[in-house]
Amino acid sequence: MADREPHPTPMLNELETGPWPSFVSGIKRLRDDHRQDRVNGVANDLLGQLEHSYETRKGYWKGGTVSVYGYGGGIIPRFSEVGQQFPDSKEFHTLRVQPPAGNHYSTDILRQLADSWEKWGSGLVTFHGQTGNIMFIGATTDNTQHFFDEINDYGFDLGGAGPCVRTAQSCVGASRCEQSCANEHKIHRTLVNNFTDDVHRPALPYKFKFKISGCPNDCMNAIERADMAVIGTWRDDIKVDQDEWKSYVETKGRQHTIDNIITRCPTSSLSLKDDDSLEIDNRNCVRCMHCINVVPKALSPGSDTGVTVLMGGKRTLKIGDLMGTVVVPFMKVDSEEDYERLVEIAENTIDYWAENGLEHERCGEMIERIGLINFLEGIGIDVDPNMVAEPRESSYVRMDGWDEEAIRWFERKGEQKRVEPNAVA
Amino acid sequence: MAKKEMRRPIESGCPDGFQYMHPVMVKNFSQWKWHDHPRPGVLRHVAESGDAIWTVRAGTQRILDVFTLRTLCDIGDEFADGHVRFTIRSNIEYMVDGEEKVNPLIGALENAGFVVGGTGNSVAMIAHTQGWLHCDIPGTDASGIVKSMMDELIDEFKNCNMPNRVHITTSCCQINCGGQGDIAINVQHTKPPKINHDLVANVCERPSVVARCPVAAIRPAQVNGKPTLEVDEKKCICCGACYPPCPPMQINDPEHTKLAIWVGGNHSNARSKPSFQKLVASGIPNNPPRWPEATAIVKKILNTYKDDARDWERINDWIDRIGWSRFFELTGLAFTKYHIDHWRGSRKSLNSSTHIRF
Repeated sequence: MADREPHPTPMLNELETGPWPSFVSGIKRLRDDHRQDRVNGVANDLLGQLEHSYETRKGYWKGGTVSVYGYGGGIIPRFSEVGQQFPDSKEFHTLRVQPPAGNHYSTDILRQLADSWEKWGSGLVTFHGQTGNIMFIGATTDNTQHFFDEINDYGFDLGGAGPCVRTAQSCVGASRCEQSCANEHKIHRTLVNNFTDDVHRPALPYKFKFKISGCPNDCMNAIERADMAVIGTWRDDIKVDQDEWKSYVETKGRQHTIDNIITRCPTSSLSLKDDDSLEIDNRNCVRCMHCINVVPKALSPGSDTGVTVLMGGKRTLKIGDLMGTVVVPFMKVDSEEDYERLVEIAENTIDYWAENGLEHERCGEMIERIGLINFLEGIGIDVDPNMVAEPRESSYVRMDGWDEEAIRWFERKGEQKRVEPNAVA
Repeated sequence: MAKKEMRRPIESGCPDGFQYMHPVMVKNFSQWKWHDHPRPGVLRHVAESGDAIWTVRAGTQRILDVFTLRTLCDIGDEFADGHVRFTIRSNIEYMVDGEEKVNPLIGALENAGFVVGGTGNSVAMIAHTQGWLHCDIPGTDASGIVKSMMDELIDEFKNCNMPNRVHITTSCCQINCGGQGDIAINVQHTKPPKINHDLVANVCERPSVVARCPVAAIRPAQVNGKPTLEVDEKKCICCGACYPPCPPMQINDPEHTKLAIWVGGNHSNARSKPSFQKLVASGIPNNPPRWPEATAIVKKILNTYKDDARDWERINDWIDRIGWSRFFELTGLAFTKYHIDHWRGSRKSLNSSTHIRF
């Protein structure tokens, strides 16, 4: 560092003790060892401001408006309120950059990103933020444009920030996990890349997130965190390798098997036979994954795979936590037409919500306000008993359309039988 | 004046992951057969073709400097196959195509100070948010809390001694970007915002701020002849929702911004349906640089769970079995009037039965 003494950081130094890797030591490396004076100065003033926060127990960043040419979002602007004391980090914006689906990288591409980032930014980066983006933390207003231009040329694009379609997330899925019931990778890219305009130019009531998990373990937390959760599932039988199963029972014992697997099935669909084989009542299996998780060598999801779609998950602000609600109990996602249908459901949802959502109202909050029925009618999806945990308890509803609705139900059931003779009526 | 030609963005969106994926994973895409867990921090996946891939997972400081990122790349080139991915909890995963590469890779990671683990029934890396390092509304610094806690929970990260996996999250405000967790350590404000009436009219779009309040406690007002906003402090729930759209309504306070701990959030559908986290402790000092009071409570909950839960019970499954009364008894935490929910829909959280454990 050319001309300035390091800010003293007695409190932050406490975070350099202990065995877990220290982010403070990392920032100090940028301050002390990086060959660029600019990077040294930014790291020094960042540490100075952070120490000031630790001393006073307050944050000192404020937002603003920064984007790159042609876009309206994707950057989290940060201007320091104590920039006079810490001038080198007074503009410290984060670029949200969409990672490759499944978060796969080669070391080559990581090095290329590191090279670009230290040229234009602070040298601090997170894989990934809670929104699923690569967070390039700390660039001046001018340099956000230069950095974006450089990485955009080799295939990276900004993610969402503000009231827009946000960066999507998908699990490792079919690339490594035998429990995957869908091509998460393709669903992820097909959905979010259909909405690049809505990602880059925030003009929706609030944020809208897609998350894709390949099985009901939902490693992407989609039901609790996504406005549209797409979750892989299957509708035929769990695959059982009885030899592997029996070998597990032999190794672990019958009592262990009964206590940890058989009796943990939420619908009592498992039975351990006298010969140690496993019998499954697949009609009542709810695809919870527990038995498959415990004995992955013997049990795996069925072959007739597809997805369940849930809508409306979100955290507290403003009306309280909401989980997603089932909107599509099952659909195949194999053919190009299937993918088109999934995109159509997303488009209908976003269009309807853009039209009917209030400012700063998430899709789930709109559904809460107008009722699931109005939402389903708005996006053109029929009711299904799989959408509810239980039917209505209150009689306070006007039901003079009952006969027509019942006829619609039976007609639909009949139609499904004709179209899909094997479907369960 | 000649206008500078600006570069137009290429709206390429989310990149294709296949170009960076390990070739064994590309080859066996959607053809995996089973996996096992040879040791903590290592997974083996075997494909229908007979191919196998080993994954070594390591925890990092999450806020990576380019030196650390390059060290991770160097290890990936020398000891692995040059292909990595990151988990949703910011661990790095190296994939290798031969078992003989696993131990040297683990050695290289540990020599460089990274922590191999976080798989199976371990305490996973704590998911966290930006905090004082970068956020505009934080009440605390998640990076510091996570570092402090992981220093003490590192053995539980490196081993798989828990009844089931434990996902811990932290959040620096009540928006809770850290999300649901088996244990969540979140900021909880306890006093209404302090309003700088000189700035409100210039900085805030007042109707939006009024609309943002979950309990309609904010109304337009005049103070010293200036248009501003005022808060009905009897109604205010101190949530901080007004602060992001209106920074002059300062919610953060060095003393009155506290931490609260919540348990039982579970995103998985395994066994029971997904569940939201429930309040167990609050009023915990927001005490940098190492937040010892919060860590002590987290460790108490973890140790109680470890001792009392049955195999494969997540924290929510365990409490479902033993009941909340026993949870408070075993952990020694106080049960207060604040634990009883009165938000909309909360009647369903009350006990309307004689199901009581003695």
